[in-house]
Amino acid sequence: MNPTIALVNKTLNPESKHPSFRPGDNITVSYKISEGNKERIQEFRGDVIQLNGQGTTKTFTVRKMANGVGVERVFPLLSPFVDEIIVNKVGRVRRAKLYYQRDRTGKASRITEKRQAIEQ
Amino acid sequence: MKGLIGKKAGMTSVFIDGKHMGVTVIDVTGNQVSQLKTEEKDGYTAVQLAYDEKREKSVNAAEAGHFKRAGVAPKRKLVEFRDFDFEKKEGETVGTEIFAEGEKISVIGISKGKGFQGVVKRHGFSGVGMATHGQHDRQRAPGSIGASSDPSRVLKGMRMAGRMGGDRIKTLNVKIVKILAEENLVLVNGSVPGAIGSYIVLEGR
Repeated sequence: MNPTIALVNKTLNPESKHPSFRPGDNITVSYKISEGNKERIQEFRGDVIQLNGQGTTKTFTVRKMANGVGVERVFPLLSPFVDEIIVNKVGRVRRAKLYYQRDRTGKASRITEKRQAIEQ
Repeated sequence: MKGLIGKKAGMTSVFIDGKHMGVTVIDVTGNQVSQLKTEEKDGYTAVQLAYDEKREKSVNAAEAGHFKRAGVAPKRKLVEFRDFDFEKKEGETVGTEIFAEGEKISVIGISKGKGFQGVVKRHGFSGVGMATHGQHDRQRAPGSIGASSDPSRVLKGMRMAGRMGGDRIKTLNVKIVKILAEENLVLVNGSVPGAIGSYIVLEGR
């Protein structure tokens, strides 16, 4: 990358402060919403079905079922409105893009949890 | 008027006040006043800025004298700004301080050369529009370029195929998103005419 551009990216765009997560993980995203001059935080919990882009344009898509309807939301990872990300479950998946989840509902759409060693 | 000369460093995107926007980074390091034009001597007032140093070896005698008189190291690009807003002396350095964040400016660059292009790309003609129904293989042809024996010639200025790009383009109302004063960088919203590394003139109002 051009050194000047790299410098601009370094000074103006901070690194992600969130924990790392991958497609298949179940996460809760706290998103700041400003209504008028008030600000409140909305939570969106679901499975990450894809990570997209790189650098400042990196985004991730979270999918959840709401009242029997699939809802997907795309968040820019570095957006200042993304307040907090909590990783609830780490999933075991074999693909980077879980588009197949769109065709599945109910039990079939479950993602197996990854078995991990417990840190002492 | 006020202005600076710079070089297009490239594009990136930044979050400003929660908004994600594409920006062009322009490097304006080392603008120096190389000449002051005055009413008495030249018939108008202007400030001539010099930008981008060049080697002594590639400076001819006339240029060398011009730069020496102002006390400026030889530079490649010279641009005049009429009725400059600030009092400047010859040899003085001009930087990003003349602009403010959020200000709207004009940006001038030389657009990328596109070579010999047809009318569809060059003038936005819509082409023939049909590939079937007996249409022969000329989907991007210009069609008729005039009438018959009256006027018996093609009118001047008829839009046809030809060299495209490489023109001086002035984009108006470009917003300055951010100024990095220490690094001498100006970030403007959106794209700017020209290739990376080409000269860009920033013109205030």
